[in-house]
Formats: sequence, structure tokens, C-alpha cells
Amino acid sequence: MSIPSDLKYTKSHEWTRLEADGTVTVGITHHAQELLGDMVYVETPAVGRQLAAGEECAVVESVKAASDVYAPLAGEVIAVNAEVVDAPEKINQDAYAAWMFKIKPGNPADLDGLLAAAAYQALVESEAH
Amino acid sequence: MLKQTPLNQTHRDMGARMVDFGGWDMPVNYGSQIEEHHQVRRAAGMFDVCHMLVVDVTGSGIREFLQYLLANNVDKLKEPGKALYSCMLNPAGGVIDDLIVYFMREDWFRIVVNAGTADKDVAWMEQQLAARAPQLTIQPRRDLAMIAVQGPQAREKVWQAIPAARAATEFLKPFQAAEFDQYFIGRTGYTGEDGFEIMLPVSEAAGLWKTLNTLGVAPIGLGARDTLRLEAGMNLYGQDMDEDVNPLEAGLAWTVELASPRDFIGKPALLAKTVKMQMLGLVLLDKGVLRGHQKVVTSHGAGEITSGSFSPTLNLSIAFARLPLAVAVGDVVQVEIRDKLHNAKVVKLPFARNGKALI
Repeated sequence: MSIPSDLKYTKSHEWTRLEADGTVTVGITHHAQELLGDMVYVETPAVGRQLAAGEECAVVESVKAASDVYAPLAGEVIAVNAEVVDAPEKINQDAYAAWMFKIKPGNPADLDGLLAAAAYQALVESEAH
Repeated sequence: MLKQTPLNQTHRDMGARMVDFGGWDMPVNYGSQIEEHHQVRRAAGMFDVCHMLVVDVTGSGIREFLQYLLANNVDKLKEPGKALYSCMLNPAGGVIDDLIVYFMREDWFRIVVNAGTADKDVAWMEQQLAARAPQLTIQPRRDLAMIAVQGPQAREKVWQAIPAARAATEFLKPFQAAEFDQYFIGRTGYTGEDGFEIMLPVSEAAGLWKTLNTLGVAPIGLGARDTLRLEAGMNLYGQDMDEDVNPLEAGLAWTVELASPRDFIGKPALLAKTVKMQMLGLVLLDKGVLRGHQKVVTSHGAGEITSGSFSPTLNLSIAFARLPLAVAVGDVVQVEIRDKLHNAKVVKLPFARNGKALI
């Protein structure tokens, strides 16, 4: 339930969703928000910014700690979610609805390099031990 | 292997998220840390503080010994049960630990020290005692559990949970304790709210915790404990001061008694130092979150944040900062967050007390 099978994931706990128009929506996983606790601040990348894969491009801060968000794949930022900037607690309420930004991938095949739900599940479980 | 308090399994049963806190396996929250914070400010919450160490000092001549050992003056403790907050300094004037000392009888004082410093504290006390007061005995009390119940409804809830406590503690003033049956109850805490800290035998801890919970007292994790104490303007050892920090530059001058002629460890060093910094509050005027170690830029020189977080009561970010003496309340300074400067207003501590915002 907390790791939807139709999404792809990163080792740094971002989720990605390939949209019908070829763009990729990005957020942080349910597991990540659970580790961080109550969210109080979100900083999104500037629209138009060119991201390299793995680049620090956004920040989430909970009461407890600040955490960087990394670009899951290379591409241009084409939209950001102002709603989570105004109400960071939306990430706690539903991490997969509270997307942070959308990328137009430079190379759509890059998505294949990301983790499927089962692999991400295994990663989360291995980190718990 | 992490150390566990007597409530460890109880926390797990209540759905706590556990973390390594200085070698102890402790609950950081039971869901939402912000909700837990509000619960304490608005009603009542309870904290597992069994990791802190109770130390009993017994024998004759304790008062004289503690006047030398501690930077605050236990001579202020006249009435049995009265408590005093103090730092224990090293000869260089740095802070070994901050603690609460209760005067029970002339031949019995009780001290509560921090968890992370407990071993070091006891070793230091024993060393000083061997040199100055070998007739005294120091006894760490790991046989005692400690539960803090805090909030406007805290005392009433404790009286419901332990009916005999009402008569014994009803007339306690803040910073005063009473002992009865197997309980030692102090009207103290670390939240800026009214409440009690209850010491009791380890075997009784889980029972009291569950009874309080049945009465509507919510379990509160270390996450909310930190934001509560920050709003209340209370220092955290290891963050706001340590062995390399002058207490007079850490907002603790009110706890260092320099007026009397008595000698105490660290006094000559403190008197020889020039105080250049002060501890004040910051309120972030921009979006973001203040955190420990962020740099502060002022027109009088650089400063540093020692503790920072998000304040659930004020709904913005707050911090303690060590700032040059010339900085004044009301000034606007700048804090460096991820290479960008953000405006923050200098304010007097505390930020909140007894359920009310003071900013």
C-alpha cells in the first residue's frame, strides 16, 4: 500500500511517475516522510532549470531535520507544485499525491534505470535492519 | 547494543518510532510530533525520562560540598523539597553538565543529571568527593524510573492516577518536591508547562504509564520534547552549552551565583574571562527552518545558532543563537541557510510559556 506498483523509485527515496505526455512527476516516498516526520518547509527547483541525474534540486524540512531531494533523472523542470510549498503537511497526508516537481526527461530511457516497486520495497526493508 | 528504559516495550506497543538517542533506544514520536507538542501545551502529555540518572548524595556536610561542586548556590535551598537548577563546571569554567538538585534533608540531597553525561558526571562527583568530602556517599539510582507529566491538566491527571499523590503534592510550589510511599514527585519539567516529574521503582513504571494513558495523557516523544523546551527557552546540554562553553555566554548567568564569597569549581576561571557573547532568541522572518550551527551575520560581528527548529505554537521557525554582546533585542540579523541569507528578528527568551506565545 505504501509503495504503489505503478511508480518507479530511487535509492534516495524519491518516487517518479511517467505521465501520458512523456513528462515525469517526482515526489518523496511514504517511507521518506515517515522517517522525517512532520513536514514544515518545502523548496522546489526553479521552472526551466536543467537537472543532471542525481543532482540536489529540492529540499524538504520536517520539524526534526532537513533533507535534500535529488533529481531521479536528467531533464528540464517544467512545473512545480505550489500547494506543497504552501502546505508541506500534504506530504505527510499522502506522499504520492503531494508531488514536488515535473521533469521533461532528456532521455526517456533513463526511467528504466530506476527501481521498480519490489526493488524499492527490498531497499526499505534492508535499511530497517 | 542500545540501552533500554523500563518502558521500552510499552513504547513499541503504543506505536512509537524509536531512535538511537545518545546510546539509548528512545521514542522520537508516536505519530505526529506537532500534535504531541500541542497536546502538552493544551492538555497533558507524558515523557519517558528514565534515561536520565538520579543520584543520591548522603552523609554529613553535603551542603558545603555542593556549594563547592556547583555553580549555583545550594544555600538558596532552605525548605526541604526545594529544587535548584545548576551547572556543574570544570576548573576552566566549561559546563560538565546541567542538573537539578533537590534538598531533602541536611544529610540527603538528590541530583538528576543528563543521560549522555551520567557516567562522566558520577566519576567527576566521586573524584571531587574523595578530595573534599570523603565522608559522603554518592549513589546512582538506576533502580528508579522517571516519568514527566506536563501540561495544564498534568497535575490533575497524576492525582487521578495516584490518589495518594493529591494530599502529598497539592501544595508543592514550582521547583519543589515531596516523597511519599514509593514515589518522589517534583513540580518540575522541561516544557514551560506546569506538571510533575515522578520518580518511582522501575517495576511500577509501565503500570503508571498505562494508567495515565487511560486517563487521556498522551505519550510524547523526544521530538516534541525538543520543540517544547526550545519554545520555553530552556538549554539543551551538548547543543547550547558543553565543556568548551562559558555559561555566562550561554544564557545561564542567572544560574551562576557569583555574589557570595564562596569558592566553587570554575569560579576563578569565569571571573578571569571577558564575556563577549550572549544567548538570545531568533525568529525567522522568511520561510525556512533555523538549525543548530547555522551562521548568523550581524552588524556587530558573527554569531551562531546553537538550537533551532520549527515552533508549533508560533507556527514559524525559532532558534537560540550565540550573538555578539552589542546585538540588541529587536535587531534584524541574517542567518545563512544553504548559502543564502535570511532575515531573522532578535527576541527575548522564552518564546512560549504556559500555553501562550510570548512573541
